[in-house]
Amino acid sequence: MDILIYGTVNSIVLALIAVGFTLVYGVSRIPNFAHGALYVLVGFLTWSFINDLKINYLLAVTLSLIISALLGAIIYRWVLIRLRGMATSEIIASFAVSLIILEGLRMQGIGGFKGFIGPYYILPPFIEGKMRIVGVLIDFQRLIIIGGGLAIVLLLWIFTHHTKVGLSLRAIAQDERAALMLGIDSDRAAVIALSIGSALAGLAAVIILPLGNVTAEAGYKVLIDAIAVCIIGGLGSWAGAVLASFVLGFAMIISTALFGAVWEKVVLVGAIILILILRPSGLLGKQKELEERV
Amino acid sequence: MVIEETRRKRLDRGIKVRTETLYALSTWREMAYLIVPRTVLILGLLLLPLILDMYWQRVLCTAGIYAILALAFDFLAAYVGLVCLGGALFIGAGGYISGLLNAYLGWPPLLCIPIATLAGAVISTFVLLPCLRLRGIYFAIVSFMFPLFAVHIIVALNVFGGTEGISALAILPNIWVEQYLILGMIIVSLFAIRRLVNEDIGLILRGIKDNDQAVRASGISITAYKTKAVFIASLMGCFGGAYLSHLYGWLGISLFAMDFSILPIAACVMGGMGSLVGPVLGAFILTPMSEALRGFGQLRVVLYCLILIGFIVYKPEGLMNYLQRKYHQFEYWERV
Repeated sequence: MDILIYGTVNSIVLALIAVGFTLVYGVSRIPNFAHGALYVLVGFLTWSFINDLKINYLLAVTLSLIISALLGAIIYRWVLIRLRGMATSEIIASFAVSLIILEGLRMQGIGGFKGFIGPYYILPPFIEGKMRIVGVLIDFQRLIIIGGGLAIVLLLWIFTHHTKVGLSLRAIAQDERAALMLGIDSDRAAVIALSIGSALAGLAAVIILPLGNVTAEAGYKVLIDAIAVCIIGGLGSWAGAVLASFVLGFAMIISTALFGAVWEKVVLVGAIILILILRPSGLLGKQKELEERV
Repeated sequence: MVIEETRRKRLDRGIKVRTETLYALSTWREMAYLIVPRTVLILGLLLLPLILDMYWQRVLCTAGIYAILALAFDFLAAYVGLVCLGGALFIGAGGYISGLLNAYLGWPPLLCIPIATLAGAVISTFVLLPCLRLRGIYFAIVSFMFPLFAVHIIVALNVFGGTEGISALAILPNIWVEQYLILGMIIVSLFAIRRLVNEDIGLILRGIKDNDQAVRASGISITAYKTKAVFIASLMGCFGGAYLSHLYGWLGISLFAMDFSILPIAACVMGGMGSLVGPVLGAFILTPMSEALRGFGQLRVVLYCLILIGFIVYKPEGLMNYLQRKYHQFEYWERV
């Protein structure tokens, strides 16, 4: 029962981390390597807003999400727009942006900036307390993760299938040329996708981070997790990402319970390698021109 | 009255035959057009140790390691289309094998380094083998994971010295051997790779980069060729690693550090992707700069990344390609 519940929580954590990445990749074919960095950045921003500027929790979260979305748009408009179509440069540039943010957060001694190093950066949970579900002790934050995660996935599904902007994003993902002929601006779509993706990274951070403390190193871990989920599910595949996060989430929890925490990462890499050998396009990826990518 | 007429003439006009890289040379002066840049590079590299002092000689050795890594990255990225974000994997594999052979078996460095270069390259190639069916982003992502993963395993299982690493390895005999070993290796691998990419295998590799399905349709196994390319690149990387562990007489998990993955990429973008010489020069510019910033900690990484983005956005061709173009376009006045 423990495994079932914590596995679900872990899977939803993975799904939350991965949706932003897969949304951006699905629409603009840009691998946003700054995803993990934005995740951590939102964590630290929220912490600073609460503790340094003494802003109300909800307001702090909203502010940092807006900043994250703006940053996503800026990254696209300033850097990535000039590199569209050059896969190598896109990877290198977005990876560089990610390193600037992550290592910048750890930078010390410039202008009295102490750097975000150490164990004191903890976001408060939304609601304190714990409860028992079928005999398993679980805190409210983890319940919020389950609820919030499902809500976000559902809302995104509605957004991409039933709103005009969402539909235009899917159109770009399916056939960029045809979408251009119908008057959908692909750059604008990419900016929107990148902002939403960055905000989703931030949202995931705000929901997940109260479970532990905020560290800059988590950025690399989040990036790797997001990418692992996307590779296993098929890059850019929507249902695949959710399926893969459940497969991975349970695999990680089960291996931790059976062999210890060391093997969690081994399972991650092992799963990636296995998938790459057996089905290089991922569980649900089809590698076709016309397919549902968002 | 005879009016003396002159016209502007491009340096390469008379000797370039229809395409790039084919020349018709008839005088020493025209020979010099091709020979001078190459000699300046080789002599410059060989003479550098003589004019530097003790501290900068050490920096030169480190710069050499980055240069050789940058060369490997450039070869993979620009000629095979595999963007390897995990250059630290090569350094770590070479460094650990060489250091462990020295620490546990007591073999001398000059024996350990070649063995570690070969063994490390074989291991790195096997590790990367499952991902070779991937292209572009997929490969970049997976290769990025391996160094982090290696650190994780070493720390978790507490093998090979764990977090502390192993110190007091045998170091190379003296500073001159250290410097000329790495400089010689850079020059040899630079010209070897230049030759390689112009051979038939280079043509196939570039074909794989541009359109792998077309190469497959020609009945060529792309995985086999990618394996060869990765092996060649990891030979260079592992040599750098093996050399590094004997340069400082120490091995540890920082052999898998992010620096070894990101600085070569920055050097490569700065020097000019695909020019092969550019990355080497880029490494020799960036490493001393990062050495000067040693006191600032993480600012170094931020700075490389800013340079990287600056070049990739505003000067995507890089320094070397720019200089090369200017050199070929150099004009002089000629009497008609």
